[in-house]
Amino acid sequence: MAYKNYILVCGGTGCESSKSDELFKALHQQAEAQGVKNDVQIVKTGCFGFCEKGPIVKVLPQESFYVEVKPEDAKEIVAEQVVKGREVKRLLYRKGEKADSNVKIEDIEFYQKQFRVVLRNCGVINPENIDEYIAREGYTGLERALFKMKPDDIVNELKVSGLRGRGGAGFPTWLKWDLTKKAPGDVKYVVCNADEGDPGAYMNRSTIEGDPHSLIEAMIICGYTIGARQGYIYIRAEYPLAIERLKIAIRQAKEYGLLGTNILGSGFDFDLEIRLGAGAFVCGEETALLRSLEGNRGMPVPKPPFPAISGLWKKPTVINNVETYVNISVIMSKGAQWYAKIGTEKSRGTKTFALTGKIQNSGLVEVPMGTTLREIIFDIGGGIRGGKKFKGVQTGGPSGGIITAESLDQPISYESLTALGSMMGSGGMIIMDEDDCVVDIAKFYMAFCVDESCGKCAPCRIGTNQMHAILDKISKGQGTEDDLAKLEKIGKAMTKASLCMLGGSAANPTLSTLRHFREEYLEHIRDHKCRAGKCKDLVVYEIDAAKCIGCGLCARKCPVPCIAGEKKQPHVIDQARCIKCGECYKACKFGAVIKK
Amino acid sequence: MVNAKINGIPVQVAEGTTVLEAALKVDVKIPKLCHNDDLEPWAACGICVVKNGTNPKMIRSCCTPLEEGMAIVTNDAELVQTRKTVIELILSTHPDDCLACPRNQECELQRLAAEFGIREQPFPKRLRDLPLDDSTGSLILNPEKCIRCGRCVKVCQEMQNVWAIEFLGRGEKTRIAPAADVKLGEGPCIKCGQCSAHCPVGAIYENDQTGPVWEALMKEGADAKTCVVQIAPAVRVALGEAFGLPPGTNLTKKIYTALRRLGFDMIFDTNFAADLTIMEEGTEFVRRFVDGGKSEGGPLPLITSCCPAWVDYLEKYYGDMIPNFSTAKSPQQMMGTMIKTYWAEKAKIDPAKIFSVSIMPCTAKKFENHRNDTMYASGFQDVDVSLTTRELARMIKQAGIDLLNLPDGESDSPLGPYSGAGVIFGATGGVMEAALRTAYNLITGEDLKDVNFTGVRGISGIKEASVHIKGTEVRVAVAHQMGNIAQVLDMVRKAKAEGKETPWHFIEVMACRGGCIGGGGQPYGATDEVRKQRIRGIYDDDEKSEYRCSHQNPLIKQVYAEFLEKPGSHKAHELLHTHYTARDLYLK
Repeated sequence: MAYKNYILVCGGTGCESSKSDELFKALHQQAEAQGVKNDVQIVKTGCFGFCEKGPIVKVLPQESFYVEVKPEDAKEIVAEQVVKGREVKRLLYRKGEKADSNVKIEDIEFYQKQFRVVLRNCGVINPENIDEYIAREGYTGLERALFKMKPDDIVNELKVSGLRGRGGAGFPTWLKWDLTKKAPGDVKYVVCNADEGDPGAYMNRSTIEGDPHSLIEAMIICGYTIGARQGYIYIRAEYPLAIERLKIAIRQAKEYGLLGTNILGSGFDFDLEIRLGAGAFVCGEETALLRSLEGNRGMPVPKPPFPAISGLWKKPTVINNVETYVNISVIMSKGAQWYAKIGTEKSRGTKTFALTGKIQNSGLVEVPMGTTLREIIFDIGGGIRGGKKFKGVQTGGPSGGIITAESLDQPISYESLTALGSMMGSGGMIIMDEDDCVVDIAKFYMAFCVDESCGKCAPCRIGTNQMHAILDKISKGQGTEDDLAKLEKIGKAMTKASLCMLGGSAANPTLSTLRHFREEYLEHIRDHKCRAGKCKDLVVYEIDAAKCIGCGLCARKCPVPCIAGEKKQPHVIDQARCIKCGECYKACKFGAVIKK
Repeated sequence: MVNAKINGIPVQVAEGTTVLEAALKVDVKIPKLCHNDDLEPWAACGICVVKNGTNPKMIRSCCTPLEEGMAIVTNDAELVQTRKTVIELILSTHPDDCLACPRNQECELQRLAAEFGIREQPFPKRLRDLPLDDSTGSLILNPEKCIRCGRCVKVCQEMQNVWAIEFLGRGEKTRIAPAADVKLGEGPCIKCGQCSAHCPVGAIYENDQTGPVWEALMKEGADAKTCVVQIAPAVRVALGEAFGLPPGTNLTKKIYTALRRLGFDMIFDTNFAADLTIMEEGTEFVRRFVDGGKSEGGPLPLITSCCPAWVDYLEKYYGDMIPNFSTAKSPQQMMGTMIKTYWAEKAKIDPAKIFSVSIMPCTAKKFENHRNDTMYASGFQDVDVSLTTRELARMIKQAGIDLLNLPDGESDSPLGPYSGAGVIFGATGGVMEAALRTAYNLITGEDLKDVNFTGVRGISGIKEASVHIKGTEVRVAVAHQMGNIAQVLDMVRKAKAEGKETPWHFIEVMACRGGCIGGGGQPYGATDEVRKQRIRGIYDDDEKSEYRCSHQNPLIKQVYAEFLEKPGSHKAHELLHTHYTARDLYLK
């Protein structure tokens, strides 16, 4: 097969929402129109990770790495690169501002410190074509498992690899599988937790969108290991593209005899079904997920018994998240020894993170365990947007805590993040700068937990609401110093006495910001001041008459509107009607709007 | 066995024993709120937390099995403070109207707050304005008071298999509500009241009807009615608990005196009516049994029908089995009819001028007294008001009657004196045993030498026995606690569908665990231990009875001779039998 060019178009949700699908169609049309459709193969891949610069297009064999490509660019790409064999320079990623600083993917800082194990196929293969997965050693791990290994060998392989669960607490995966394998019972289940729910986290979604077979392969291996014949992928309904690709992948795997009865002639039967979650965050908690999967209310139940003994429909069940499974496909094909060399002694392998917030390069990254936060945020992420000052990073979503500048050089591992008062979680990483207010952040996460508390357990159900009410008070300048003591008191009780980790960690963002930024809380309380200007009730926008030239731009931008003034005369804000949206502040080119 | 230490005290328990249970063995009471011994741990409240050794993590003792070598700490400063904060949080979502609450002084949350010395409420109230549901007439659902412990939901779904109550909403908006968010009276609720008996606070409670009773008792002049009362078998062995006596203490004679002091004109005993029920139901059984269920008497197995919650359940869930249901009314209703017909005639009182009250261990009896037209057999509502044991306890306290020191009293003749068979109606297996004692006589014409059928006694959920009456085998089954019924009836259905012989000839069913002694209207705090003691009280009463069989009760003989002619007579059918209608689970 000989195409002149291969055009890889990112088909991740982020790029699709920036019209990459239209671009993909336009490229096909152009190839047809320009008479080169037999010279080029245009492939829709999974996420490249560099979401900040999406839609991403990569053209082979030149390895041209195009960023922020629009459907209108299709004509030029086909005309120049396919027809004439020339790169479209203006679309290439530039390192620095100079016009000739175009670079290839391996020279992009964003990729330089990354090491892609989980995301190895994302942006490389067409996720809707099983052959492309197979061409990249896909299903060789399954073959090895079925024909060269006994279940105990597989457990041992995982033990040697040192893989720990990527969903949060880092439980050794081999142990989970071993307990389930040894649990008495003929009927067992394999479940995948694809109910990714942390705000700002989309690693699992992108992984499934880009490489669904990698998940399927590992689940089959798990079924073989523990003696299960049925698996379920519990995925949130808000992930339509991932669901669609999974459906296609499952269908193709069945066609290839990789799912169903007598897999590859081994005599082993295994089937997979997709179950959609309705979007409750608590259903990411494994016992709640299993209840939901059974058709019951998604509420956590006490452990023990652990799912390994009594899980889905009270049968022994392995439940792992997407990233854990995908790691296993690699471990099984490349071997545990290879895998164990990656990462730190206690935290082996890599970890994917979704970098979001005030970061230069937001996107999906994968780094070896042991990489420091500084490397992730400043080298890969390119530092803070707009040259602002780094304030902190929230890992572990609403369950995590804020990590501040002094800890940036900590190598990342399960233990180190926990020691810093945060947690690994599933891998959300939200960067905050000096314009972020800690009270506002704490309030945001608490509001999330208020909405997502299932309502079963008293400390979480009531504690989140009481804490949110106090944070709201503080953000309005009505708090007292006694309120800080109450926050700590409730937070501690919730952390200690909640049934599941939602309640057990809901206080983390508040408690960690209180620990690191108590002074800012006190400013809200004593001085009624929000230094970041985020707490609207504490902010006043005024126009400096000396600087205002009366251009009227602020008045036009004001959505209320509450800014008045004659042309070329200083304008005035009607404080009684101002909603503190800050549009005037952002609009003024003369620094005449002052935020107090 | 597992060996561990709790607060330094060595303890040895069977594997699987929870930390909470193990602690009780060494006299350590761990504070708890949502947990109830009848139910699997639900782990909602977060109060029973403990620590293991030096591990700072807190674990919930209600659902954590004690493991070998554990060193459990149940009290340290941090644990006490955590529990206290959780209680304060719960109080912040609970109304403060304890003085006007039906659970005042009997509330588990109130007790916990008192024990923890809560003197201030640091967190602002977060109350929700949720409407009261009184649609069943038996139970009042007040979701405003609910602390979301989940007991009622688990009782209704898991113990009772009724599924009338469910959690709706999420987070702070979580509330207990009738399933499908209809009114409780419009759904599958069978009014058994187990939810109310298990609720730790005042979120579900019996519909208090002491008001109309007081009014009738106090009324003077031309409007005044003759107030007649009957008390059910199970009431006498449980009422004492509301006055600090141990479960099972038999207070029959003190209750008679108390009722008289409350102002009732006539004191009758439901046990007498239970004897009457046995005469009717026993006759019905013998008729069906003798010709193998083929006659107009109806099919086999015969299934008892004296439990109104069970009647409601069968009409809703097993409408196809109505022909198997005994048409004999429950003792409450037989007594009600007899008071306003036989006794009214005998005492020369206009039945319109009789106010008939029953004291029952049961909330469903409040529903039964107007269940269908046959509950008006006398031409009037046969039982005007049905009170629970808990309501009677309050009336006695309200009237300033020193129950424990009262002189013994007697019931009134002819509807008072009862046999041992009548009193055992109050315990699971009792109706079956009483029926067998009389059936033996009806079949053989002889009396049993040993009247004790111990095979049908005891607390296990489903009991089977086989009895030989002069060479003929009678297979019986006894089920109690609604959740155990399906297993039995599904086997009957299956046998019928396959054209096989019925697995049993006679089945007794009671909706509540332990039978009526575990009724939804009994004093709070029933556990299996309590139930066993109440059952002991019932059988003690049976054993010391002069007559052990219903047909031996001379007053039963008198009633038939003077009024009813014979068991199963046309008159008996008119007054003492009822009928059933298959119903949908939800009103349309």
